[in-house]
Amino acid sequence: MTTLTEKSAAEAAAADRRDAYVAEFESFRVSRPASEPGFVSDLRRRAIDRFAELGFPTLHQEAWRKTDVRPVSQGSFARATGPSPVPAAALAPHLFDGALRLVFVDGFLAPELSHLDGLPEGVYLGSLAAALEAEPERVEPYLGRHARFDDHPFVALNTAFFADGAFLHVPRGTVVEAPIHLLFLTTVEAAGDPVVAYPRNLLVAGEASQATVLETYAAFGAGCYLDCPVTEVVAEAAAVLDHYKVQHEAREAFHLATLQVRQERDSNFFSHAISAGGDVTRNDVNAWLADSGIQCTLNGLYMVNGTQLVDNHMRVDHAAPHCNSYELYKGVLDGKARAVFNGLIHVHPDAQRTDAKQSNRNLLLSRGALASSNPQLEIFADDVKCTHGSTVGQLDAEAVFYLRSRGIAEDAAKSLLTYAFASDIVQRIKIEPVRKDLEEFLFERLPRGEIVRQAV
Amino acid sequence: MPLLEIKNLHASVEGTEILKGIDLTLDSGQVHAIMGPNGSGKSTLAQVLAGREEYDVTEGEVLFDGKDLLALDPEERAREGVFLAFQYPVEIPGVSNTYFLKAALNAIRKHRGLKEMDAMDFLKLVKERMKLVQMEETLLNRPVNEGFSGGEKKRNEIFHMSVLEPRLAVLDETDSGLDIDALKIVADGVNSLRSADRGFLVITHYQRLLNFIVPDRVHVLLGGRIVRSGGKELALELEEKGYVWLEQEVGVAASPTGAAVGA
Repeated sequence: MTTLTEKSAAEAAAADRRDAYVAEFESFRVSRPASEPGFVSDLRRRAIDRFAELGFPTLHQEAWRKTDVRPVSQGSFARATGPSPVPAAALAPHLFDGALRLVFVDGFLAPELSHLDGLPEGVYLGSLAAALEAEPERVEPYLGRHARFDDHPFVALNTAFFADGAFLHVPRGTVVEAPIHLLFLTTVEAAGDPVVAYPRNLLVAGEASQATVLETYAAFGAGCYLDCPVTEVVAEAAAVLDHYKVQHEAREAFHLATLQVRQERDSNFFSHAISAGGDVTRNDVNAWLADSGIQCTLNGLYMVNGTQLVDNHMRVDHAAPHCNSYELYKGVLDGKARAVFNGLIHVHPDAQRTDAKQSNRNLLLSRGALASSNPQLEIFADDVKCTHGSTVGQLDAEAVFYLRSRGIAEDAAKSLLTYAFASDIVQRIKIEPVRKDLEEFLFERLPRGEIVRQAV
Repeated sequence: MPLLEIKNLHASVEGTEILKGIDLTLDSGQVHAIMGPNGSGKSTLAQVLAGREEYDVTEGEVLFDGKDLLALDPEERAREGVFLAFQYPVEIPGVSNTYFLKAALNAIRKHRGLKEMDAMDFLKLVKERMKLVQMEETLLNRPVNEGFSGGEKKRNEIFHMSVLEPRLAVLDETDSGLDIDALKIVADGVNSLRSADRGFLVITHYQRLLNFIVPDRVHVLLGGRIVRSGGKELALELEEKGYVWLEQEVGVAASPTGAAVGA
């Protein structure tokens, strides 16, 4: 039992850490360029003020009940002040042919590692910081208007401290054929405090436009750091946006991310998120379906082992009638890994004819692994179709035996079935090189992967 | 040396004894049928031979080619040449029927000191063997058994067998649920694989299958024991008189229902 004194001591420590961030904000603020638009300065100020009120989350808060962020709240991290040099060769494992590419190091654009050849005319793709300087009017209608920081301390921190990130603005009717790859590397410091990076992305798909965006999060080096990205997505009427996120952070890293989606009439947002790295991963994924005729797909796969923790917190708001949302999150847990899934579908009173499906399936490969799943429906309309379900299970012993009885070794049989479970999500990825890359990752991750590679 | 020698085999599951002393000798080139009502232990015997870990062998031994079969893992048994055609073939979404079979075949070939079969040769083999069971080519590219009809699943088992070329094939109620046409296809497939260096243990509830796969010996399993063995005429006698006749004859309450031999 925690005694009162211990608890208050912990609270005092947390309050100290909170105050340290608030103090840090003052030095950050004065370092900002004079050219920073007023709406951004105001946004930052409101965010840090809110953070000062919220403090770090604790296990006593419902939304963080199963995710202990004390290693983050009690740790000391150094805010990156510019991109550390990263040799181009270090990017190789993360690159895809045929993609437009922006590389960010510690949350800052590294132009020498990026390339945007063939970007259609009229499309803005580049540094958010640069856009705020050159064309603030293009950013202002969107930035910070969707990712709410009033109840999320890490969104608040990102909003207060972000230096840069990607800004994509696809104008009305424009199709960007090539996938857009946003690669976020965080460097591991050999000495001193580990780095904290706050990438801030804004993806705006104009009316009837189309684009495909892939976000990759990875490390340069191995060790601890804190990556705290926020991506705001706005899909305007009839826009089609395919979004992928691959989280391959270092095993000691913390990844606390929010994806905030706003969809307008008849738009289609199709998202796949893969979580593989990190010590503690928290993904908040929120979609607001603002008008009718919207399709929203939020799929995910997490593969964790050792003592990794991955927490996916989903919220889909059906605010208008005739919208469909589909969520399928699958997890493979080994070792003593833990997974949390919290999925809320909120159907507003006007949202008749909503069709919402949500499913979370967990495969436990070891006795020590633990998955908790909490699907929630809040329905305030009366003509809707909403289903949700969750499963936590082991490999089917009958299937393992069947494979073994044909000559496949036990570990290979288990790997094969695990691959089959996970590949269902991977196969839905439409960018072929990304799909192949993830298949390869699965083969490498699984024992006797060479048999699996041969058998699928 | 016999291909398979089962001596005084006792097996139980979760503390309940199901096999209570089985003795059976099968020579290469032979087909033996094991008949019995539901609950007599037929499937348990099949699963024990294939190495299902849920069954505890409490007594007795099984020699395959003179080697201790029970000491081997299921995959080792398969590589040595034991094949079980499942009563209920398992659906495996996400694993392609063909590629899986290729991995299985290569695991077996490797064990036998043969080089792995390349894609071209494998495809040739597969196409040839598919004809044996009149399997549609579309079933090759589908995930293992997923969405297959009952008959397609059973045919797929015989197809796997024909590609893996086992030395001992155990068919666990491969006939159940098949209509007469499908039954003939399965039987033709099995008959075409009969050879001097291969033995079959055909487990069935019904005599009907044995019209098409004519056995050298028939054993009747009741209450976990083989209570009678004979030639193929024993199956016909059973068909006529029913299992209850034999139960009364040998004084074994074999199954809770004392089921008749249906057709």
